Amino acid sequence: MSLLEARNIRKSFGGLQALSEVSLAIDSGEIYGLIGPNGAGKTTLFNVFTGLYKPDAGSVLFNGADVTGRKPNLIAAAGVARTFQNIRLFANMTAVENVMVGRHLRARAGALGAILRDRTTMLEETAIRRRAHELLEYVGVLRHAHALAKNLAYGDQRRLEIARALATDPKLLALDEPAAGMNATETASLRRLLEQIRSDKVTILLIEHDVKLVMGLCNRVAVLDYGKKIAEGAPALVQRDPAVIEAYLGGALP
Amino acid sequence: MRADWQRLLYWFRRDARGRWIGLALIVVALAVLPFVLEASVGRTWVRIIDLALLYAMLALGLNIVVGFAGLLDLGYIAFYAVGAYAYALLASPHFGVHLPWWVLLPVGAVLAAFFGVVLGAPTLRLRGDYLAIVTLGFGEIIRIFLNNLNAPINITNGPQGVNLIDTIAIDGVSFAKTNTLLGIPFPGTHLHYYLFLLIAVLVMFVCMRLEDSRIGRAWVAIREDEIAAQAMGINTRNIKLLAFAMGATFGGVAGGLFSSLQGFVSPESFAVWESITVLCMVVLGGMGHVAGVVLGALLLATLPELLRHTAAPLQQQLLGKVILDPESLRMLLFGLALILVMLLRPAGLWPSPTRRRELTSTRVSGTV
Amino acid sequence: MDIFLQQILNGLVLGSVYALVALGYTMVYGILGLINFAHGEVVMVGALVSLSVVELLMGSGLGIPVPAVGALALLAAISVCMGLGFSIERVAYRPLRRAPRLAPLITAIGVSILLQTVAMLIWGRRYHTVPALIPPTPHTLGGATITNVQILIIVVSALIMAGLMGLVHFTRLGRAMRATAENPVVAGLMGVNINRIISATFIIGSALAAIAGVLVSSNYGIAHYYMGFVLGLKAFTAAVLGGIGNLPGAMVGGLLLGLIESLGAGYIGDLTGGFLGSHYQDVFAFLVLIMVLVFRPTGLLGERVSERA
Repeated sequence: MSLLEARNIRKSFGGLQALSEVSLAIDSGEIYGLIGPNGAGKTTLFNVFTGLYKPDAGSVLFNGADVTGRKPNLIAAAGVARTFQNIRLFANMTAVENVMVGRHLRARAGALGAILRDRTTMLEETAIRRRAHELLEYVGVLRHAHALAKNLAYGDQRRLEIARALATDPKLLALDEPAAGMNATETASLRRLLEQIRSDKVTILLIEHDVKLVMGLCNRVAVLDYGKKIAEGAPALVQRDPAVIEAYLGGALP
Repeated sequence: MRADWQRLLYWFRRDARGRWIGLALIVVALAVLPFVLEASVGRTWVRIIDLALLYAMLALGLNIVVGFAGLLDLGYIAFYAVGAYAYALLASPHFGVHLPWWVLLPVGAVLAAFFGVVLGAPTLRLRGDYLAIVTLGFGEIIRIFLNNLNAPINITNGPQGVNLIDTIAIDGVSFAKTNTLLGIPFPGTHLHYYLFLLIAVLVMFVCMRLEDSRIGRAWVAIREDEIAAQAMGINTRNIKLLAFAMGATFGGVAGGLFSSLQGFVSPESFAVWESITVLCMVVLGGMGHVAGVVLGALLLATLPELLRHTAAPLQQQLLGKVILDPESLRMLLFGLALILVMLLRPAGLWPSPTRRRELTSTRVSGTV
Repeated sequence: MDIFLQQILNGLVLGSVYALVALGYTMVYGILGLINFAHGEVVMVGALVSLSVVELLMGSGLGIPVPAVGALALLAAISVCMGLGFSIERVAYRPLRRAPRLAPLITAIGVSILLQTVAMLIWGRRYHTVPALIPPTPHTLGGATITNVQILIIVVSALIMAGLMGLVHFTRLGRAMRATAENPVVAGLMGVNINRIISATFIIGSALAAIAGVLVSSNYGIAHYYMGFVLGLKAFTAAVLGGIGNLPGAMVGGLLLGLIESLGAGYIGDLTGGFLGSHYQDVFAFLVLIMVLVFRPTGLLGERVSERA
């Protein structure tokens, strides 16, 4: 059984058909890449998976359960965590606070606990704080724990966003262009982090434009063009697929 | 998570010993304040402080909604009204029911929270300005109903209001008259003062604990970026509803206390202007900062009284006649305060450090 | 059934006024995404200024013919309100264009209070009677009565709305306004002076508000420093009902709200078995607002708010 399965997803905005009959399946433990030219519908599909959009037709199954059209917070609870193309950190909170918010889902203290500060609540808070620090170290930004998120360097912000997503204990980590704007060194470093995450048994779904990163990292790749899936499979194979080449370059090579 | 004593002493930036001394001095000052005021400027001023403490509770409640969760509620006074009328109707000759205050305050609180949830459930997902208008409308609806539910069945006694509300009595000590305790005569106003002070401090305490908790963080996250907050698994609707309900609860408690202090309630006390006054206190004092909004409340509750006593004679002296009566002056200053604070010092007079950086930096990626 | 037609006519008169005011709200919201809380107060200022001019000229003993008095009063009201609208935008909203959304909302409330207070100081707290420049002659229409003043209100409003649509769709200014409402950044890049367009929007909206103020105070014969608040709230409801940012929407919403309110007030006694009386009239507008926002937040004709960068 696949971890995440999309069946015949259809989504249009006004007159624009953003996604038509997109189906794919992501298996547990792999890094699955979603590539395609700009405007192909990758982020739209992402948003369907994570509950930001409700598809016009089709279904999304996660871990066997139908999560089509569920609210984002419920999908997060089911085990899908994401980052955003434009980085949506909580700008005026510190790095560690950002990650602690990520822990919200796996904690239980409510208003009563907050007011009474009973033993259970206090233990939970300590655990939250500890885990947050652990995750900051895991992604490599522990030294910036008490800096405001908006003041971090770009690369560190991307890592922080990943740390925050990991704080929700996801089964699937969905990353929207995590390497955007990074140079070769930073990208290599990111790649090591993602490989580490994979070996720690978290499945990764990745939107990326960096071909080198995708080829070296992903187990499998799906290519979208104009809202349709035009190829799927191992990166090396997909790379040679004529339909893919045409989509990117606009015509078969002579 | 900081311990309470750490937060308390944060306000004294001196050495540890200096801090404890400072705290002790404040406690003593607060304890003798009513007597000092009565001796110097008269008992009416103790009464004014009593009301100011109620406003402080209201400001703290609204602060949870506006300051913590970032939801603009312009009809907050409706919860005050609910608490006040619940108390009035169940502790007066109106229905002939006389329940004790320690039953009625929780009843008022729960009822107000209920209304908070009823109002919030359908409306909290609206964007900020729409929510503002809807809450404004709701506040008005409550007032209209209070004003008109006197026919065919008389529930609220309409514009005449409810009077002869029972005063609080603790252990036989009635707040309606002067009681001699430990050899010292305590007039009713003073007794009210101590009770209100205690409750206000309790409310502050609850707010501070809420702020520094999982819930408090969730509120900030929602304020910062609601979409990201949802993506992180926060049930934004419920968390917002919680803010609304908690704010409403404090409003309801304050309302009940108001009824018992005043002995009389009428729909007039719960007009839109009151909601705006409380908002002014929160904004001016320092949105989101517990200590700041208390300051704002105390300032804006006492300043108009000060003006009332000085503005008219002052104008008489300087200009020969009174151009601005105290009421107009108050409205003028409130209006100006709201505008000037937002233009010049949006984080308020006494902002919390986090809020100051939030409100004074320009947003690059606008998500609100 | 006998009151049905009457309530319809009343509703149309009321609705025409709501529509004029709603247009001001909707235009500003379409461009700035801001509820101009002070707009209701501009209506009030229009009514009171016009009243003062009328009282001044009538009492001056100069023997100015009544139509001229009316015209001058209207002109005065429009001029003052246009200046007021312009100033409000410059002073209270423009500096906060980049601030978090809560900020201009709060200043707007502040401006509203300020205007109410100033009006109270200038014109006092009492209810002023507005002298009828045109003696109202009732006409009967199928069992219902409508005065010539009321007919005038409906006609004038309709003409003005037609004029506004003409302005927006057939003039250069109108094109610039529509462009700014769609996407201010791009409009700016295309050479539109955004600040000027925004000022123009406020000025036009305020002119409409002034006219509405004169009309409504003439219809009910009263003007009062607090009259703008509830009227403004209802007009905003109308704008939302029709679809915020949408000009035809504001007109439709205004008329519809007027009808709902009128019919509701007329029939509420019957509907609730005598439990609720017509003093609950104001509640209707609020209920409509809540229901629209909960069930169809984009309004009847769809909203048109700009994409702000």
